[in-house]
Amino acid sequence: MTNAVEIRGLRKSFSDLEVLKGIDLDVAQGEAVVLLGSSGSGKSTLLRCINFMEEPTAGQVRVNGDLIGTEQRGRMRYREADLCKLRTRIGMVFQHFNLFPHMTVLENVMEGQVIVLGRSKAEAKDKAMAQLARVGLEEKAQEYPARLSGGQKQRVAIARALAMDPEVMLFDEVTSALDPELVGEVLKTMLQLAEDGMTMVCVTHEIGFAYHVANKVCFLHDGLIIEQGAPQSVLQTPETQRVREFLAGHSLFKLPN
Amino acid sequence: MDYNWNFASVFTYWNVLATGLWGTVQLFVICSILGLGGGLVMGMLRYSKSRWISYPAMLYVEVFRNTPVLVQIIWFFFALPVLTGIEISPFMAAILGITLNTIAFSAEVFRGGIQSIEREQWEAGKAIGMSYAQSMRRVILPQALKRMLPPLTSRGIEVFKMSTLASVVAYPETLQQAKLIASYEYNPIEAYTVVALMFFIVLLPLLQLTYLLERRFGKSDA
Repeated sequence: MTNAVEIRGLRKSFSDLEVLKGIDLDVAQGEAVVLLGSSGSGKSTLLRCINFMEEPTAGQVRVNGDLIGTEQRGRMRYREADLCKLRTRIGMVFQHFNLFPHMTVLENVMEGQVIVLGRSKAEAKDKAMAQLARVGLEEKAQEYPARLSGGQKQRVAIARALAMDPEVMLFDEVTSALDPELVGEVLKTMLQLAEDGMTMVCVTHEIGFAYHVANKVCFLHDGLIIEQGAPQSVLQTPETQRVREFLAGHSLFKLPN
Repeated sequence: MDYNWNFASVFTYWNVLATGLWGTVQLFVICSILGLGGGLVMGMLRYSKSRWISYPAMLYVEVFRNTPVLVQIIWFFFALPVLTGIEISPFMAAILGITLNTIAFSAEVFRGGIQSIEREQWEAGKAIGMSYAQSMRRVILPQALKRMLPPLTSRGIEVFKMSTLASVVAYPETLQQAKLIASYEYNPIEAYTVVALMFFIVLLPLLQLTYLLERRFGKSDA
């Protein structure tokens, strides 16, 4: 079976600063991959290169076997129209939700379906309601985002991405901006998705989530994946000093069992 | 001071004033539609990433923002025929002057409004596959317009009042007609006071309408 995402030799520089220094990553169909690493390690940039919110400087990205862009004189070229099309196949959820504040919850979830995919309003509405039900927010369909809690906003954002029927979902620190007591409802929604077999790539600081939900954990440091594998091995028997330090920092103040 | 106020001498010429008001309204409607529409386009050009587009747009905006409309109208009416041989009517000269000025001012309003929308909104549109144009039309502009409504409203009122400048080329708008009455009846104070009153009576309800619009736009706020 082809991998949902296949990344080879990916590099990304912002002017002089090289953030990604040659990343290889495979995400199998239905797999949940968690990217860990301290800030500045390049994990968010890597995630954003998968749906080309950032254009890679070098390297190749394949989504379900399709090579993105065309090679010309040894460099990849990307046409904006192709990238727009690609982004309809990959859902993305952001740290700050980024809902459209001038639209109701339902309109938020219908927008891409109608404007980008060209679905009829009736069809888009049915899909939207189904996805809102999936994240447990059917009854909020007519509300405006300003009236929702952070956790509810984030679940709407997830529904908005899901309504496009994506092949892959990307989560960029989606619980980092939430009150601690609202984190659970969003993680539960993500767990549900993973159990439904959605292919997911998540950048998160929730080590517990990584441990329980991920099929694979990748640890980034200084623009490279320095360790990857099953969560049990990377998180419990890390091979590198860097990962051990990172995990120690995260479990400094644990409650006694 | 004993001055004999004589408004009756103005009101006997009500049909002359009515013609003037009609002229004012025509200028207002044409200039605000062209001016605000053009301003939207100019504002986007001004916002363009390419310097070949944004610099000329900036030059245009600065030239027309920093020169008097009165002079522009005179210039279009008297200097254009001399320079190019193209003669235009007072109506056209006034439309050109007021519209070009309104484009310049509202372009800045549009540019500011568009830039005030957070980068994250562009990202959200992009992430569901929207093109630049789709994001602009569906996500950015509706939010920006809401923020821009108050400054755009004052632009509109400004256009209405700027229309009096057309009297400099004798276009029959309200002020020009009042000038005519004043020169027949020697009652400039009364004639011009009536002009002010007429403007106030027309503009006040118009303004109430925009407040209504603002409240409608505000329904998505918590």
